[in-house]
Amino acid sequence: MTLHAGPPLIRFEGVAKAFGRNVIFSDLTIDVFNGENLVIMGGSGTGKSVMLKCLIGLLTPESGSIWYRDEEITAMTEVEQIQVRRHIAYVFQQAALFDSMTVYENIAYPLRAHLKLTEDEIGERVALNLARVGMPDTEQLMPAQLSGGMRKRIGLARAIALEPEVILWDEPTTGLDPSNTRRIAELILKMQAELKCTSLVVTHDMTAAMLVADRVALVYDRKIASVLPKERLAAEPPGSLIKSFVEGTLDL
Amino acid sequence: MGMWTNLAARIGQSLTNFLERFGAVARLGGQVVTLSFTRPFELAETIRHLDQMGIGSISIALVTLFASGMVMALQFAVGLDRFGGKEYVSVVVGLAVVRELGPVLTAVVVGGRVGSGTAAELGSMAVTEQIDAIRALGANPVKKLVVPRMWAMLIALPALTMLADVVGITGGMVISAVELGLRPLSYLSDTIDGIDLVDLITGLIKTYFFGFGIVVISCFNGITTFGGTEGVGNSTTRTVVISLMFIFVADFFLTRLMLVFG
Repeated sequence: MTLHAGPPLIRFEGVAKAFGRNVIFSDLTIDVFNGENLVIMGGSGTGKSVMLKCLIGLLTPESGSIWYRDEEITAMTEVEQIQVRRHIAYVFQQAALFDSMTVYENIAYPLRAHLKLTEDEIGERVALNLARVGMPDTEQLMPAQLSGGMRKRIGLARAIALEPEVILWDEPTTGLDPSNTRRIAELILKMQAELKCTSLVVTHDMTAAMLVADRVALVYDRKIASVLPKERLAAEPPGSLIKSFVEGTLDL
Repeated sequence: MGMWTNLAARIGQSLTNFLERFGAVARLGGQVVTLSFTRPFELAETIRHLDQMGIGSISIALVTLFASGMVMALQFAVGLDRFGGKEYVSVVVGLAVVRELGPVLTAVVVGGRVGSGTAAELGSMAVTEQIDAIRALGANPVKKLVVPRMWAMLIALPALTMLADVVGITGGMVISAVELGLRPLSYLSDTIDGIDLVDLITGLIKTYFFGFGIVVISCFNGITTFGGTEGVGNSTTRTVVISLMFIFVADFFLTRLMLVFG
């Protein structure tokens, strides 16, 4: 694996974040390398999604810095962050499709926000991305007409419409049945192969994690407590943090 | 001793919270003003809201003002009759409607209806991460969600108020004709003679402040909603309460200010 070749694509350095008195992270540090699928695990409420939201500036950390390539996201204005968001896509937990818009308008949304395309070009890009997630010809449906798994796939189609370099997956398989879970896991791998994307996948679904991960990180005690390549996971001694988490014996 | 310091700390804390929220609402107001005049203009959205807010509120605004005009005519008929001034009912009702009741009551019913709807809609979007999604996809939620509502409100509320003024005066006229035996045509001409353009304009100027307040308050509460469906309920309730208080308090200061200048 050529993972650690070259400088990290994304770097969290000593990030601290709190909501009022509720401290989420006190000192979170991790490097993410180009082209890898990094799975971030951790108990509910440990701030895994907060980490993703800080990365694209939806939330602002109290201290520490977050870097994308050689740019410090935490030092940017919102207008500058918007340019970075073009390259880092966010797939929301419940898809967060706009209820009042058709599937077509949902996927066209980022295209209209960032690019000056003709309606024909937008139509082509929408159709291409619907095909990528295996849902062709659904342009005119409304989000309310879709099942949970379908909504997630449309959410993905919308997120990748701008050909991002990084995809942030917030609990991509939570609430899905096993066949939809496998389908989403396959999509994560497909995005890595086809779009050469780097993925950060927040999940506590071990099946999905084991299918897609190159490396696995554990958020515990307000920081990244452990990071390992997936193949080393099996060799971990029984008492280690990450092993205990996977086996469900870690007290969260 | 401990109880008093504790109490002082809690008062201090809630004062800080209030000032923080007030500052945040004011910041949103400032953003709305700046973004209202920057491209692209969300014309289709503005028209959609204009239809929902304006056309959708016509019936409740008119019923409210018609009833209020009738009540005012009845009350003033009793009050003025004691001084032998029954013929002044038309002017008094007309002035009250145009300067006060038209703008305030229209703002109250529109504020209740549109404010709660907006807070609930934006609140639902916030708890389902749709507002985060707007930002993540490279757009500005204030520009996309608040600005079109602001334009729609600033067009709809003055227009509704003018309609409501006419209906309020009509309500007074109907009661005066039925109960007091005044002739409708002379009632109308007395009203028109008694009301200056300034009265009408000061009433309409108020509606811009009311409309601005309703939109900023409801959008702020909607966008900052957290805590699932319960949070949406809280935001909606808070919006209605604060909007109504805002209308009544602002009305006093605006009236005072206009009496100085006008």
